[in-house]
Amino acid sequence: MNKKLADRLATAVFYFIAGIIIALIAFLIGYILFRGITVIDWNFLTSPPRTSRPGGGIGPQLFNSFYLLVITLVITIPLSLGAGIYMAEYAKKNRFTDFLRTTIEVLASLPSIVVGLFGFLLFVNYMGWGFSIFSGALALSVFNLPLMVRVVEQSLSAVPQDQREAGLALGISRWETVKKIILPRALPGIITGIILASGRVFGEAAALIYTAGMSSPNLNFNDWNPLSPASPLNPFRPAETLAVHIWKINSEGIMPDAQEISAGSSAILVIAILFFNISARWIGRIVHKRLTAS
Amino acid sequence: MINKEERKEAIEQWNNQTKVWTEKRGKAVTFLAVSVMILLSFSILIFVASKGITIFTKNNASLADFFFGTEWKPSAVNEEGRPLVGALPMIFGSFSVTILAAVICSPLAIGAAVFMTEISPKFGMKVLQPIIELLVGIPSVVYGFLGVSLVVPFLRNTFSGSGFGIAAGTIVLTIMILPTITSLSVDAIRSVPDSLREASLALGATRWQTIYRVVLKTALPGLLTAVIFGMARAFGEALAVQMVIGNSTVIPDSLFEPASTLTSILTMGMGYTVMGQVDNNALWTLALMLLLMSYVFIFIIRIIGRRREQQ
Amino acid sequence: MIEMLKPEVTGTEREGKKEDGAVAIEAKNLSVFYGEHQAIKRVSMKFPKHRVTALIGPSGCGKSTFLRSLNRMNDEIPGCRVEGQIFFQGMDINSPKVNVFEVRKKIGMVFQRPNPFAKSIFENVAFGPKNHGEKDKEKLEYIVETSLKKAALWEEVKDRLHTSALALSGGQQQRLCIARALAMNPNVLLLDEPASALDPVSTGKIEELITEFKKDYTVIIVTHNMQQAARISDYTAFFYMGELVEAGETRQIFTNPKQQKTEDYISGNFG
Repeated sequence: MNKKLADRLATAVFYFIAGIIIALIAFLIGYILFRGITVIDWNFLTSPPRTSRPGGGIGPQLFNSFYLLVITLVITIPLSLGAGIYMAEYAKKNRFTDFLRTTIEVLASLPSIVVGLFGFLLFVNYMGWGFSIFSGALALSVFNLPLMVRVVEQSLSAVPQDQREAGLALGISRWETVKKIILPRALPGIITGIILASGRVFGEAAALIYTAGMSSPNLNFNDWNPLSPASPLNPFRPAETLAVHIWKINSEGIMPDAQEISAGSSAILVIAILFFNISARWIGRIVHKRLTAS
Repeated sequence: MINKEERKEAIEQWNNQTKVWTEKRGKAVTFLAVSVMILLSFSILIFVASKGITIFTKNNASLADFFFGTEWKPSAVNEEGRPLVGALPMIFGSFSVTILAAVICSPLAIGAAVFMTEISPKFGMKVLQPIIELLVGIPSVVYGFLGVSLVVPFLRNTFSGSGFGIAAGTIVLTIMILPTITSLSVDAIRSVPDSLREASLALGATRWQTIYRVVLKTALPGLLTAVIFGMARAFGEALAVQMVIGNSTVIPDSLFEPASTLTSILTMGMGYTVMGQVDNNALWTLALMLLLMSYVFIFIIRIIGRRREQQ
Repeated sequence: MIEMLKPEVTGTEREGKKEDGAVAIEAKNLSVFYGEHQAIKRVSMKFPKHRVTALIGPSGCGKSTFLRSLNRMNDEIPGCRVEGQIFFQGMDINSPKVNVFEVRKKIGMVFQRPNPFAKSIFENVAFGPKNHGEKDKEKLEYIVETSLKKAALWEEVKDRLHTSALALSGGQQQRLCIARALAMNPNVLLLDEPASALDPVSTGKIEELITEFKKDYTVIIVTHNMQQAARISDYTAFFYMGELVEAGETRQIFTNPKQQKTEDYISGNFG
């Protein structure tokens, strides 16, 4: 066939592919939201699950998901800032740096179930913390760290070199230059990255099944003492998250409305991801505007 | 001439080591953070490997049995007294869903990437790109749920059988790795310099000819890397696959009969076995294999990257 | 190998200028290597105090590299090695034992492209003193005002000191960078083609400033614009392919150069 015809045919094929994908995605997301939204109400969001009767909710699981996210961020943000600064500002071009980069890549591509099982071995069993928020947060940190280091490193590297020169020429040490000039300038990218990473952490399940556990004790939301066993803040209690809950009731759920609860929970997860994505871009843009007065 | 006072002050200034100290401290702190990552990477390998080899070192299993045996009943032993740790069905399952998903997904993903970069960039950027980004973030359990509530019934009604099996796993994984491969392909295609495209068009080639003769060919290493990344993700996916694959430790006769993967048996089994027992140790060997496969994928990507540099 | 000429500071024609004949900074057999490539070849040169010395030469001759050695900025380039001595305030500041942060405090630099920080105008100028321990608010305000006045920027920005520096025009940003360097009260001011990225009006403003700076600082300026060098400098040094070809009083260099190469460059035969 002549080349003009081939060109037109190819274009049609590409439009077709794009169309299929858009339709598919729209259908899937629509299905989740459609089936799930009807289930979501205040009762659903706050009451605890019921093992064999309908009408249970996901209150503790939702709380656990957020709590774990917060603790994970507390652990990973300082560590990733440190490691990212090292990779972007101090690491020289040598074999050791290559080795470091490979190490980070390896950590980033570990299947999350392997990370979870490592956490099971080290945190739950060896350290004796059992199924707990603490074990789960540490496992999530292992999972989240390489991604965050990459975000920090990329954001720092994107800051033009002349900023560093300007700082150094004033007699300021490299560390101070990074801390006071480069880091603030890289902030929009870093914040965007942190929020996007939070989305991934929020939905993670495989790493938590055997670290944070598949159960959640009855939480007394009036007790905010982190040391008491029924307190939601107690970091040494088991903490099933929303994502893990979806998996559990689909594997062994015996409540009659398991499908509805899964649908509702999935809808919440999808909405949360949407929220994280949109706010990441939006907040990043705002911080960037403030920074550069544009 | 500077007097004694000024001289003393000058010496003090020159000796002021504050900045030298802040610099040393800052460098040390960041290096510490990096060391944590190295420590983590090694400990994961050491911990998982030490548990993973116990069926060979303590429980008397053989490597051949593991890789080629088809019976998975670790608590039982065969005539030679070796535990039945035939992982071939799981290995077969993992590779099947991964390869099938990659084969089906790659043309779609690369097609979408071409659409976003060459055919309709404005629409691509505004509509497709955010959608793809959103998809990357959707948790795997949600994909699993979609698999259970949509894919499995569909397969059950259209084809015979329960609907669980390699076909279901493949479909779920295809959708899961689509955004990964697409966004990496978009990066690869975008990094092809415009000058190449312009040169091709100036020689009278059509857009399609430019795409397949110039753009795709130049972006090939990047596209391959994208596909391998997708495969790595598919191979390591646990929950979504486990929910739809049927979890039967046999090599299935068809795509629509229950099968299993390394990840699915691992996920299910860990909660029902006791640490230290043979059947638990065998699961750790599955975990070790997953770990080693992720190294293999990285290695392959490195090789592709090195070829690209030589280009 | 062309003999290095050192500028002879006679001092008889300069009246009323303090510390006549003194040398602010001196390079002795200075060489700079990028890996195996030698970019600066054993340059020796004295820079007189409170004078403006211009470094001229064709692209790639090494004048910027030489300038950057004077405040140890070449340390920051991986693979760069500097040999030789640089004498300043009685010490060889090229020695590894020297506190390089002090060096850069006393020897300030302004770069070719304006590079203000993404902070307010006030924060930019106050950044140096603040980071070296100055905490007194009033003192900082005084320093900022004085520096901005010296950079001829005060009138234009005095009402918006706390707005972002990135909102200023190119010429204003460069003057801000000059103010930022001046806020450190350096002995020596290194200017690396400070006006080359600017429009003619801004260039003119900056040239006026430089002539004023002589009173308080020693100025060493790299420029690819010969007319600029002739206009504003007292001494000129001509670099070619990493070597110092000739150095002397500006008037002499431009009207009666001693080396053929210098003459060729001045008359525009190359470069």
